[in-house]
Amino acid sequence: MILKVKGINFKYKSRSVLKDVSFEVGPGELLAILGPNGVGKTTLLRCLNAALKPEGGSVFVDGKDLSDLSRSEIAKNLAYVAQRAEQGRLTAFDAILLGRKPYIGWRVGEDDLKKADAVIRALKLESLSLRFLDEMSGGELQKVSIARALVQDPKVLLLDEPTSSLDLKNQQEVLRTIRHIVSGHGMSTVMTMHDINSALRFADKILFMKDGKIFSASERARISASMIEEVYGIPVELGEIKGYPVVLPV
Amino acid sequence: MHFEKGEIPVDYIKYISRKNAFIIVAFLLLCFSAAISLSVGSVSYMLKDIFKTLLGVHVSKTLDAVIFNIRLPQVIAAIVAGAGLAVAGAVMQSVLGNPLASPFTLGIAQAAAFGAAFSVMVLGAGFMRSSTADAVAIVRPGLTTMVAFIASMVATGAVVLIAQVRRGSPDVMILAGVAIGSLCSAGTMFLQYFADDTQLASIVFWTFGDLARAGWKELGIMAAITFSCICFFVANAWNYNAIDSGEETAISLGVNVRLVRFMGMSLASLATAVIIAFVGVIGFVGLIGPHMARRLIGDDNRYLLLGSCIIGGILLLAADTAARTMLAPRVLPVAVLTSFVGAPVFLYLLVKGYRR
Repeated sequence: MILKVKGINFKYKSRSVLKDVSFEVGPGELLAILGPNGVGKTTLLRCLNAALKPEGGSVFVDGKDLSDLSRSEIAKNLAYVAQRAEQGRLTAFDAILLGRKPYIGWRVGEDDLKKADAVIRALKLESLSLRFLDEMSGGELQKVSIARALVQDPKVLLLDEPTSSLDLKNQQEVLRTIRHIVSGHGMSTVMTMHDINSALRFADKILFMKDGKIFSASERARISASMIEEVYGIPVELGEIKGYPVVLPV
Repeated sequence: MHFEKGEIPVDYIKYISRKNAFIIVAFLLLCFSAAISLSVGSVSYMLKDIFKTLLGVHVSKTLDAVIFNIRLPQVIAAIVAGAGLAVAGAVMQSVLGNPLASPFTLGIAQAAAFGAAFSVMVLGAGFMRSSTADAVAIVRPGLTTMVAFIASMVATGAVVLIAQVRRGSPDVMILAGVAIGSLCSAGTMFLQYFADDTQLASIVFWTFGDLARAGWKELGIMAAITFSCICFFVANAWNYNAIDSGEETAISLGVNVRLVRFMGMSLASLATAVIIAFVGVIGFVGLIGPHMARRLIGDDNRYLLLGSCIIGGILLLAADTAARTMLAPRVLPVAVLTSFVGAPVFLYLLVKGYRR
């Protein structure tokens, strides 16, 4: 297992947000975390990212405990894609090159430039490379953010609702890109999201959270309507259209 | 994880070379502006005589005196103060994630002015003169800088605290700046209340901001501190770029956001404090400088910081030259000119919707 999360607890002031959260993600595996609003999905992701310090428990990447690693070592192991990308007068290439930050000493080296170029080609972003972020659409921006995370050369990729602000077409494009990269390059990936249909379609495993705890973590084939009903508290039907699983609230 | 081998992106290298070229051209423009500024004034001189004098060739006694005692210190003061205030503004905008941030709009400049006035009036770090050409003489520049720095750090602390509490709300931060600025101006007024007529005239004049005030010794201190701060900021350009892309992203890139923010704000305040202590409050250069640079060179801090320095230097130099020549032989306070230009730019940014 690349990513191992063991007994994470987190309190916000006196309110317990995460309670004894444990799970594992293997290489090339895409784990989707779902659950109602405010259940602690983003908090969990921020604990994994070492942006928040959990009260108890540990996060291991490749057998190494994150609390033993320095900031830049953590950054070399885990990359994070935020919900919304900031727009500025910066070219996509520069924004992607920023992913080399943990490796850059005094100045950018040839290797850093080549790495950024390679990721841009892999994600087919060549035509965007010298465009400015403030001239880009939401979907393009999100792809640039993903590229930046990949340039970090991480073993674990964390994505916080990567498609929440995108239209249907861009949602599909971004999720396809993520799926393709994760399978092709063997990263362990954790993605929080709300769209259960997309999760069923693109993720390998689905983890439901309820009240700060893990409600269930299972292969997508084992997800049942009753499970979803219990997490969200509404009746649903689980069917299939053209071989794709579909959840319909009824 | 392995990707196909990439190549060195030729187009990007060209793009970067253009940015470098822009910085060089802007620097040459700054030198040219400095030469023009040296040659004009109540008496104008030929450029070639100016160059000769600068290179140590004796042209005339008056020219030597005019250049080395009057104009050169003023030109250097303009460049150093302009560069320092502009780069301080650029850094504050980045670490606070607020495009309207600058030493002036956050009330930090006013706080530094209060500290400097306090040191002069109460702690006896200087004395008031009746001559308007040099209203305040600072005899203990170290003390004045120190007190100005402490006052500006208190203001900075308040702003950073408010930024932490009300995350991502530029308007609240600026309103807090207005409050802090007013408080400090009130403090300065309070000091004025106890001043006699001559002192009062001096303080009022002093709060205008005037580049002719700094002598060689003060310039040395101002330049050394500003230059050190600029070097620190430039070395942190990647950190600022990371913070610009969002706090969460910066943390995931291994940046210690709190430390970078604290150091950035502290040194930006220090640069502001030392400049204000010696030349008085000069508004808006710290806001317009970085914004002009953003328009011309983009938001990449690797170029933006140097670009802001150069553009800030050119702006203040141009404003000062205009202030000296517009109504010659009368000399307008330069801060009046920068505010005449700066306030409309600020309003424009507000109306247009600020973009970083």
